[in-house]
Formats: sequence, C-alpha cells, structure tokens
Amino acid sequence: MCRLFSLTSRDPVSPMLAINALNVMKEGHDGSGVGLCLRGLGGPFGEMKEAPILSGIFTEAGLKRLSQVSADIGLDPKYSMTFTPKTPPPPGTPKRGTYLARAFDIPDAWKGLAPEELAREYTRFRLMLRTTGEEQGDMQVFSFWPDTLMVKEVGDPMEVAAYLGLDNKDLVARQILAQGRQNTNYAINLYACHPFFIQGVCSMTNGENTAFIPIREYLASRGVDGYCGYQSDSEVFAHILHYTVNRLGLDLEYYKHVITPLTNEELDGHPDRENLVRLKQACRKLVIDGPNCVIGCLPDGSMFMCQDRKKLRPGVVGGKPGVFAFSSEICGLNAAIPDRDTSKDFQPMHLDTAIVRPDCQEVTICSQLQALPHLH
Amino acid sequence: MQPTAGLAPSSLSLKDLPWQIDWDIHTCTLCGRCTAVCPVNAIELGVFRKRELHAKPGIPEKPTNTYTIYHGIRQRTDPAYRCIGCAMCNMVCPNNSIRPRKLAESPMLWYHHNRGGQPRTRGGRRNESGSLLDQLKFIRISMLTDPALDAGRHEFELKTLLGRILPPEEELKALKENGWTPPVREIYPLIIGGMSFGALSPNMWEGLIMGVTYLNEEMGIPARISTGEGGCPPRLLRSRFIKYVILQIASGYFGWDEIIRAIPEMQEDPCAVEIKYGQGAKPGDGGLLMWYKVNKLISALRGVPQGVSLPSPPTHQTKYSIEEAVAKMIQSMYMAWGFRVPVYPKISASSTSLAVLNNLVRNPYAAALGVDGEDGGTGAAYNVSINHMGHPIASNLRDCYLNLVAQGRQNEIPIIAGGGIGKNGNLAANAASLIMLGASAVQVGKYMMQAAAGCVGSEADRCNICNIGLCPKGITSQDPRIYRRLDPEKVAERVVDVYLSFDTEMRKIFAPLGRSTSLPIGMSDALGIADKDAAERLQIKYVV
Ligand code: SF4
Ligand code: SF4
Repeated sequence: MCRLFSLTSRDPVSPMLAINALNVMKEGHDGSGVGLCLRGLGGPFGEMKEAPILSGIFTEAGLKRLSQVSADIGLDPKYSMTFTPKTPPPPGTPKRGTYLARAFDIPDAWKGLAPEELAREYTRFRLMLRTTGEEQGDMQVFSFWPDTLMVKEVGDPMEVAAYLGLDNKDLVARQILAQGRQNTNYAINLYACHPFFIQGVCSMTNGENTAFIPIREYLASRGVDGYCGYQSDSEVFAHILHYTVNRLGLDLEYYKHVITPLTNEELDGHPDRENLVRLKQACRKLVIDGPNCVIGCLPDGSMFMCQDRKKLRPGVVGGKPGVFAFSSEICGLNAAIPDRDTSKDFQPMHLDTAIVRPDCQEVTICSQLQALPHLH
Repeated sequence: MQPTAGLAPSSLSLKDLPWQIDWDIHTCTLCGRCTAVCPVNAIELGVFRKRELHAKPGIPEKPTNTYTIYHGIRQRTDPAYRCIGCAMCNMVCPNNSIRPRKLAESPMLWYHHNRGGQPRTRGGRRNESGSLLDQLKFIRISMLTDPALDAGRHEFELKTLLGRILPPEEELKALKENGWTPPVREIYPLIIGGMSFGALSPNMWEGLIMGVTYLNEEMGIPARISTGEGGCPPRLLRSRFIKYVILQIASGYFGWDEIIRAIPEMQEDPCAVEIKYGQGAKPGDGGLLMWYKVNKLISALRGVPQGVSLPSPPTHQTKYSIEEAVAKMIQSMYMAWGFRVPVYPKISASSTSLAVLNNLVRNPYAAALGVDGEDGGTGAAYNVSINHMGHPIASNLRDCYLNLVAQGRQNEIPIIAGGGIGKNGNLAANAASLIMLGASAVQVGKYMMQAAAGCVGSEADRCNICNIGLCPKGITSQDPRIYRRLDPEKVAERVVDVYLSFDTEMRKIFAPLGRSTSLPIGMSDALGIADKDAAERLQIKYVV
C-alpha cells in the first residue's frame, strides 16, 4: 500500500518535511517510487506566480529540443531550477539526466486569452512535449502550470530526495503532496507515479480502482484535453476531480457525491435529495470502487481527504492553525507536526470529506448527509 | 411376401423416433395415468396377443401352442403423435414403470415434420447446447494491493438505470433551470423478458407477477417483468402492480386498445414501455401466436377473432421505415403517459443493430435499447428461424457498447441484452459477463420458465410444443384443463428463489473483483476467454 502525505501551510516549507514523514511511515514497503507536487511556491518561483512552470526530466538532447520548441512558440525562459545529481543514483533508480523546473514568460499570442483558453494552451503544450518526449525518449514532462512544481522518480523516497538535493533552500511550498509508491498492478512507469496533476487540480491515492476501465473510457470520451495517458488506475481520480470542479462547476463538497454516491436509503432523508438523485444518475460512470484514500488539492489551495465507500484505507488529518497535514498513517503526522493537539486529529469515515481551506485555520468536516452549497 | 401393414413413404418405425418409451411390464399396474397425462397422445393402452409354442422333447408328442393376451402401453409412430420426451408419463407413474429415452441416432423424423406441406413450427429453443457466454471467465481478482470484498458482509449496489441519462453537464443545466429531463427508473438488472399474455397461461402470468411483486414489496429487489406483445389484462393495468411491469407494445399493436382505454383509470405509471421490433430467437418473424391458443379471452384482449393464427408483422404497414417507426412510436408512447414513462425499442440482434442504436442516440426521447440475441427461447416460430437465424448476443452487444463509448454516450442509452442467458443454467455468470461487456441489464424468459415453472424443454429438442397449447406443465397453454396443473403460488415462490440466489451469485462474482458500489458495466478488463478469435472480437483478454 502506498504511503500518502500532504501538507498545507501558511508559510512555505521544505518538501523534506513530507519526505521525512514518508520515511517514518515506511514499513514493509518497497519504496518503488516517490512523487511530489508543490504548489503555493516560495523562494524565487514565489515571485512569479503567473508564469507557467514546466517540470520534468530531460536528457541533453531533450534540453536542447525544449529550448527550441519553447522558443518556436515564443515561450521565454525566466528562471530555472535544476537538480543535476552529482552522485551515482541510489539502487533501483536509473540515471536519467536533468531534473528541471523552468518558469516561462508566455508568448504575446497567449496574453489576453480567457483563463480557460490559456489553460488549454498550457495543457496542449505539455501534452505535445510528453508525446514527442515518449517517442524520442528525451523528456518526461509532469506539469506545465503556474505556481506548480512536480518531481517523480523511482526509488526510496529518502534516498531519491538526497540524490536530487531536494533540501535546496530555494525549494519551498505551501501545499505539498507526496507519495511513497509501493508496487503496482502495472509496469513501473514514471507517468504512473502519484500525485497526478491537471490544470491546478491535483490528487493522489493509495489502493486500487477496480472501476478503472469504464471510468477511463468515459473520461477519455469527454473531449477534454489532458484526459489521456492513464498509466495508473487511480489517475482517473484527478480527472474526475477536475471534471467535477472545472467542467461541471461544482464545489468540492460535491466530489464525494460523484465518486461515492449515497445509497437510496440515505438519500431519502437528505435535504438535497432531488438534486443528488439526478447527479448520481448522470455521474454514474464516475463512481469509484475498491479501497482508496484520496488526497487532493484544488487550484485555490484547498486540500482535502476522503475515502471510498467501504473505508478500507486508513487516513488521518491533523495540525494546528497555520499548518495541517493529511497522512495515510498517524506516525507520519506525528513526524511532521509533533506539537499539534492530537485530540483534534480526525480520521474521515465513509461519508466524510475533510477539508482545509487555503487560510490553513481549521479542518472542516463535510459529511455527505449534510445539506450542500447551492448550485451556481 | 407382402407385409401385413401398409407401408407408406412416411411410415416410421419406433426406431426412427428421437424419443423412445421404455415401459416395464413387470412393474406397471396399468393405472392409466401415463396415457391420461401425455399431452400429445404419444402412448395409448394397447392389447397385445401372444402365441406360445410348447414343444416337448422326444418324438411321440406333437408341439402345441397357446394364445394369451396381455395389456400394456403402445407408443405411436405417427409423426403427428410422436413422443416429445416431456417425461410427464414418468412423473405421474406410481411405480416408475415408464420413461422416455433419447435415441442418439434418429434422423428420420426430421424429414417428416412437414405434413401437408407445412414446415414445422415449434416453440422452445435452438437445439444447440454450446454457449459462448459459458466460456467467459472472470479474471480480475483483487488480491495484491487489496483484500477481496466479502460478498456477505459488504454493502452491494446491484441496481441499474432504465431511461435516458443526460450527460452530467446537461443534467446540471436542467437542474439549475428546472427543465424537463427524461424519466429514469432504478431497477434490478435482471428483467423477466417479454412473454405475452396469450403465449403464457393465465396461471403462469399470475405466478410471475406475484413473484415480482413479492420481490419488490417484501425483499426490496426492484425486479421488473415485460408483458410481451399482446396487451395486458385490464385488471392489472388498473392496479398498483403495473409499476413493476414493462408494457410491451409491438408493431402489430395487439392489445393496445385495452391499454389506451385503461390509461385514464391507471393508478400508477408502468415502469416503462418497450416497443418490440424483433425477437432474437426468430428475427424478422415477429411474434407467432398460433390458432390453438387464441381462445375467447385472448381474442378479446387482443381485439381479434377467435381461433386464428396471429403472426405479428415485423413492422406495421403504416410505418415507412424502421427509423420512422422508432421515432414515431417513441414519441406517441411518451405523449400517452405525459412524458413520465421511459420508452425504448427492443430489436433482434442483427447486423443492423448499430444503425438502430445510432438513431436512438440522436433521439432525445429514446430511453434504452433492448437487443435480443439468437439463443433465446420462443413461444412459436418456424424451425428454420429458430435454428438458423439470428446473431449471437455477446458480439452484438459489444459492438453496440463500444459504439456508444466511441461517441462518449455509454452512460446515456442503457443496453438491455437478452438471448440465451443461463441456457445451461449459469444465469448469474452469463448475466455478469454481459454486464461487463456493456449491458446495463439483461432479460431472460426461457430461464424463468424452466426455473420457476418447470418447463421441461431442452436444447435437445425435448418438448418444444409451446405453440400448440398442449404444454405438459401448463405454462404455455390456454386450456384450463392443462394450465390448472400449474400452481401460481408455487411459481411465485420459485421466481423469488431464482432472484435471491441470482443476487447472491452476483455478489460472489463482483466481490473478488472489488466491485460493490455500482454495477460493473463495461468492466471488460475483468473478462477473459480461451478462444483467441473470440477474445479479439470482444476486445477482452485472451487467456489459456
Ligand atoms: S414422455 Fe411425454 S410425450 Fe412421451 S409418452 Fe411420456 S408423456 Fe407422452
Ligand atoms: S414444457 Fe411447456 S413451455 Fe416448456 S417447452 Fe414444453 S410446451 Fe414449451
């Protein structure tokens, strides 16, 4: 079972906090990979909130090609952070090249575009790089989005962090999602590594999604750029979240109703019964199954945790005003925020979504049985 | 020397009959029950004469003989009265002295089934025991990262939707603007498929409806039954039970008058309206209710004269084309119930299924599509239709589903699959396979007759006389002397048993797949088959 840890903090902190927590949780887990998504960046990137940041891994040729194609469309490099390991990689990690995060000024043609249009341009550019990168074997691209940085690698989280030098003082963020990956049903592939990110929406999961094929088929047919790839059966969670929030314009409170709708008996007494019955029917293809703990983050910085209907995966939320963490095990939480009030720790059950808003003041528990915000 | 009996070209010997009667002279008490119960008069009491020669050893005395007579059972060899192998004689025999036996090699009767130049018509099934559905295996078992679910302990949501589902964007828009959305019903994915009042005996009908009602009202299983073409008894139309019923209207419009008359007085809406264009077991034929079964009640219900055969035309003469028929009929049925009842067509699986489906996708009112494959049963059809026409359901359904996937419409038009589900008894496994291939629900008819009413028909041409009103079990007969044999209460009990055991088996299949909170429609990664061509055709895994 993969280890999950995420953190939302008022002030930017180092991702090592999360890596440490993963390390504490590590037990009987083979450390087959680590994934990091950093948002609300501090340091030099914090000064350029609007500039899209490309993160990925590039060979020499890949770097050259990147400069070429970005120049071709008028993307102007602004600031780069590279992790070029000096030591040989830890056991199990292949030697790949440069781990890069590069912020760009956008071309004139993109300026003045509506936000959705701009989002599509970013996505298309990322997909183009990813596809050609896969063909030519010279780059692996994880994200291209403002204020977002992603790192993925195979190997033990702690060793990979040391290898890449993630303790860099310029690398700090307010929202951090990290996963220590365990074995999977599929071949090891960096694109299969959690967290998954699309247009400001990020999620990670441990467990298995047995409804993967029908959900993938459904999402892939929605005509949204970026609903593709699917090397992991949980990648669909991020896209369902994106679909719910961006496409359907629903609030986060609705996400759980989409992925794990209430039973008819539970709906009978619900204040929003009528709407929820219809939502359940229309979104039936997006109902997940199988044990999952889902942790995610929205474009506004809200972070949440919820469970599958059967609640077969552990998960706990806790912290103190200013910093909260979501962890798949309590020991991870203890490692990251030892001085919190542990009596306020919360383990979401099968109907709950635990949400920490961007102000990082408290954990809001939203039960599916409660009334929902109005549709707007 | 001339034979004593006249031998005509179509004279058959006992050896030529597929079903042989074994009768035991030693145990028979000559009670006569077997001959009384035989629906086709294949056996009769016979008087046999026996001559015995008594030859003593030695020369002096001449041999003598004596004549005795004894009584016994004689099997008739006239094709019109041939034994159908129903074994009713055995069921009523107090001493187990008589039973039918299948003769492995018995081709002669095939050539003499067409007396008077009429090709054979029969009810029943295809006489083909193999089934592709039985070869499918469920191969995705959650074990590595996850524990399998517990079929008994975890909650399972084994329900499906019948009705047009709007894409989420449109549904939300309608919600916000308070607009009309098509009616949708939440039902159990196992539907009792259309068997008409006319095809079935009143007792059988009553038993099925009672069973379905019990399932709904006592067991919380929203089972549904389709009426089949030919109307619905007026009392049922006006009762609250009509909500468990899918009214089938066929292109022949039989029974439609009664329904129209009842609409103003109906307390409840029917679950749905199914427009029948075809049945998989006799594609293109339409229904065929033969004159034997058109008695006073049936003729009144259908608005036709008594004692005439009722072949229903594949499409009604007023319809220019199937597209038009589908569009017009759907529209008018919707209007009849104030746009509150889902309306969908049922067609026989064929190479034109996709064309019909594509039309439905573009019709905002179409609520579903029923596709019926070749292996289903039929109340009556020509031999040649049953045996040689039709399309297997698995590949046809798969084509339909993948066609919807390609259009991003797989959530919108539920596909109800039928035809040969559980033909070898594996109801739950066959149904689960079809759901994973893309069906939203499955429908069975023959299985219900066999499991709930003891129909003795088999894939070996046993019985199969549903069409002539002599059903030995009283299932498909309109003759009260025969259908009194069937106790509706017992049928209802069996219907409930069938559903409950089906439900348990479905959980047993879905639990190890890790699937419990919604039906695994289209979960094709769970399926495998050891036939390379079939795997390729169905786009599932090839496993050997
Ligand atoms: S098996 Fe049926 S048809 Fe044959 S003799 Fe017995 S009762 Fe008659
Ligand atoms: S038992 Fe009745 S329903 Fe079954 S095959 Fe014979 S005639 Fe038909």
